[in-house]
Amino acid sequence: MEIGLNHYLVLSTILFSIGLVGVMRRKNLLLLFFATEILLNSVNIAFAAISHYYGDLTGQMFAFFVIAIAASEVAVGLGLLIVWHKRHNNIDLDSMSTMKG
Amino acid sequence: MELYLYIALFSPLVGSMFAALYGAKPRTKIAGVVPSALLITSLIASTILLAHILSTGEIVHVEMMTWMATGNLYIPFGFIVDQVSVTMMMVVTLVSSVVHVYAIGYMDHDKGFNRFFSWLSAFVFSMLILVMSDNFAGLFIGWEGVGLCSWGLIGFWYHKESATWAANEAFIMNRIADLGMLIGIFLVYWNTGTLQYEGAFAAMQNLDTEILTWMGIFLFIGAMGKSAQFPLHTWLADAMEGPTPVSALIHAATMVTAGVYLVVRSNELYALIPDVGVFIASLGAFVAMFAASMALVNRDIKRVIAYSTLSQLGYMFVAAGLGAYWVALFHLMAHAFFKALLFLGAGNVMHAMDSELDPFKMGGLGKTMKASMVMMTLASVALAGIFPLAGFFSKDIIIEAAFVEHHFIIYTVLLLTAGLTAFYSFRIIALIFHGEERYKLFGFHPHEAYKFMLVAMSPLLILAVIAGSLKMTYFEMVTAVLPATEYHLHSVTTYWIMTIGTQIFVILAILYAYKKYANSSIKVPDGTSKMEKSFVYKLLINQYYIPYSYEQYLIRPYRELSTIFWKQIDMKIVDASVDGIAGIIYGTGEKTRAMQSGNLSTMLKWMVLGLVILLSLAVVFGLAARHFDEIKVILSGLGV
Amino acid sequence: MFEAIAFYLFAFLTTLMFFITVTTSQALYALTALAAGMIFISAFFFILGADFLGAVQIVVYSGAVMALYAFGMMFFDSTREVKEKQGNKLIVSGLSILAAILVVLIFAAPMVTDNIVALYPVIEGAGNTQQVGMVLFTKYLVPFEVAAVMLLVAMIAGIVLAGKKMDLSITLMNDAEIKDMKKDQNKKVLS
Repeated sequence: MEIGLNHYLVLSTILFSIGLVGVMRRKNLLLLFFATEILLNSVNIAFAAISHYYGDLTGQMFAFFVIAIAASEVAVGLGLLIVWHKRHNNIDLDSMSTMKG
Repeated sequence: MELYLYIALFSPLVGSMFAALYGAKPRTKIAGVVPSALLITSLIASTILLAHILSTGEIVHVEMMTWMATGNLYIPFGFIVDQVSVTMMMVVTLVSSVVHVYAIGYMDHDKGFNRFFSWLSAFVFSMLILVMSDNFAGLFIGWEGVGLCSWGLIGFWYHKESATWAANEAFIMNRIADLGMLIGIFLVYWNTGTLQYEGAFAAMQNLDTEILTWMGIFLFIGAMGKSAQFPLHTWLADAMEGPTPVSALIHAATMVTAGVYLVVRSNELYALIPDVGVFIASLGAFVAMFAASMALVNRDIKRVIAYSTLSQLGYMFVAAGLGAYWVALFHLMAHAFFKALLFLGAGNVMHAMDSELDPFKMGGLGKTMKASMVMMTLASVALAGIFPLAGFFSKDIIIEAAFVEHHFIIYTVLLLTAGLTAFYSFRIIALIFHGEERYKLFGFHPHEAYKFMLVAMSPLLILAVIAGSLKMTYFEMVTAVLPATEYHLHSVTTYWIMTIGTQIFVILAILYAYKKYANSSIKVPDGTSKMEKSFVYKLLINQYYIPYSYEQYLIRPYRELSTIFWKQIDMKIVDASVDGIAGIIYGTGEKTRAMQSGNLSTMLKWMVLGLVILLSLAVVFGLAARHFDEIKVILSGLGV
Repeated sequence: MFEAIAFYLFAFLTTLMFFITVTTSQALYALTALAAGMIFISAFFFILGADFLGAVQIVVYSGAVMALYAFGMMFFDSTREVKEKQGNKLIVSGLSILAAILVVLIFAAPMVTDNIVALYPVIEGAGNTQQVGMVLFTKYLVPFEVAAVMLLVAMIAGIVLAGKKMDLSITLMNDAEIKDMKKDQNKKVLS
């Protein structure tokens, strides 16, 4: 049973939808961040798999940059969360309603 | 000379602006004096131009600036002072100067004094644009400008319902005619490629008669509206709602003659289409008779004079239609003098009688108002065409021209009309100034007008008397640009018989009028006399039921149609669809507002929904691209 | 055969870990499951021959990012059970599954795969790390530097944002002082 590109892509998709579920159902911002990490990682798998099956290093390069971006996101995001937490003493998504139209 | 041209043209505008500055202020003399002074400046500049043209015969032609230059269309603000327009300029500036000065006295007690002078000077400016422009576009600007000012002045006492109605009537009727004029101008541009008189008339020589006929007809429709020719004549009598100086200036001397001016100006066009000329002449003769008949019985002095104006305009159109352009222009000029004088005299009478207009309630005013009586009588004599006053030279020559051109029906009509003219003019004079002093029954205390008003009128009086002697000078000047057709009867005997016959006929008419209306048995008509019950009288006093039928058969159906369009089409279709679009947008906003709850979690869900939609689009289009050929087959099978 | 077994094993484990991450109500479990999932993902990278990427994955994600999250979690005091109001579960799962199906559809239809030509082909006779280095420091040098700057910026931003009022220590204050501070904070919020 040969493992092909499509296997990886399907796996990536499944992980991505798990991430989407997390994004949609999580109300705690920290846990929401976890869900976004899942999204990024699922894409990384797809990149690496495509890179492997096409013999092209571009996929891996993109995966690196995704990781870099994820790291920055965590740094800035956590900083913002801390500021918010200091102000409001919670990090509940439902409490952030200043953008109500 | 250019400087004088600009002075003549723009001083009235400056005067108008100056008076407009005081528009909202209480009455102040300076708002009347300054425009009058500026108008006199304009008059002096015009006189200098006239002298220049008389002595050298040189035409002053300037191009102030470009107005429009798009593609092949080039319209400059160009002005021309040639023999024709300088005549008009003289008439306009002279009469308006007199009227301005006169109005300072006449409007003395009016609240709208400042506004009046602003409008009046603006009118003079527009009229000068009209006559001085060297192209049809400029003429049209002036044309609309005088229409607007006329509207503002007829409706000057806007708190009076009848005045606003008359103003709107005049304006709307003129719009109808202006549409024709505009079509005419478009035709000229379409076929000749230019709107400059010079180029356009030169190009017309090579055009089809059919096209030229249409041009002539449409331009004449414009002239008909402005000069109140049948069937667009009703506005002129109603325009008498305006202050009397306005009637004298606009509705006797200048604006209404713009139509004649247009025909004279386009003489090269009308010379190519004699059939249209005959039509113009016939219509003119008809209007002359028609208006004169209505003037016979009317019981409103201003309206009588207005009908008389209408009748004289008919004469002018007869002359213009028969190709005697210089005669038309000459009669225009002479008519402007004595008709303005007549109106101003009527203004004096009105002033004296507290705005009473019924001559049957006057009588015997000659004792208190000697100067006015002399002026009005002389003006009427001039109007009737008695030798040696102005009317004799200008009007009789039109009648002669009709005879010489072998249009005997027109000739007969004009001759009869001359008798009618004399009769109704002196009917008024007799009723106002002679006979019993009936005004005492109504408790009026007449008084003569201010001295300076009478002095202001005197130039008109002098011109009305001596204008005839200027005929040959004028003829030599004007024929430099107009066709020089002289009208001489073949036999001298016929000429003398005709001239003396006409004179006697007219004098008889005058004497009859005096006999009938100057005696002491005249009573204020109360609708019981035999004459007043006759059919002809009723027909005439109701103006041939034309205003009534317009109201009944044109205005009412139009109003009903408008109501239907308003209620059914505008409200239910146009408005409803516009409102519907607004409603849909508003409703969508209202419904989708819930999306913007401010809850980030909800927004994330919407984001995912958007992602799903995008993905499905990708799938659909991807599939469509893959199976393009099959889809094409299916679509062609469906007949798309 | 070995590859298949490894793939399915890790696929199952990753899915499970991530599923736990998004469903559990214990923040600590979620964090742990996430860290485990990251490591399992690096296994895929090793299977796919992207050794360097796998190493980076472990170092950056399981190391740095997880450490950050752990600190954050302690800061927010989220170790106890997280209470979350849940909306309509049907929508959540429905949308996700729909999205997944659509993506699979797109991949299953070989519309993309046909057209791909390798831009930077794998260099023969060199280890993965070497290959990555060669491409990264030649073709992707500028993006690499930009990414470095971005990381620097993010680091500074994180310090600035999180570092405000770090000199205050709630543990060393007495109750009155804390109360005053809260009042000030409330005022700030209100204004």
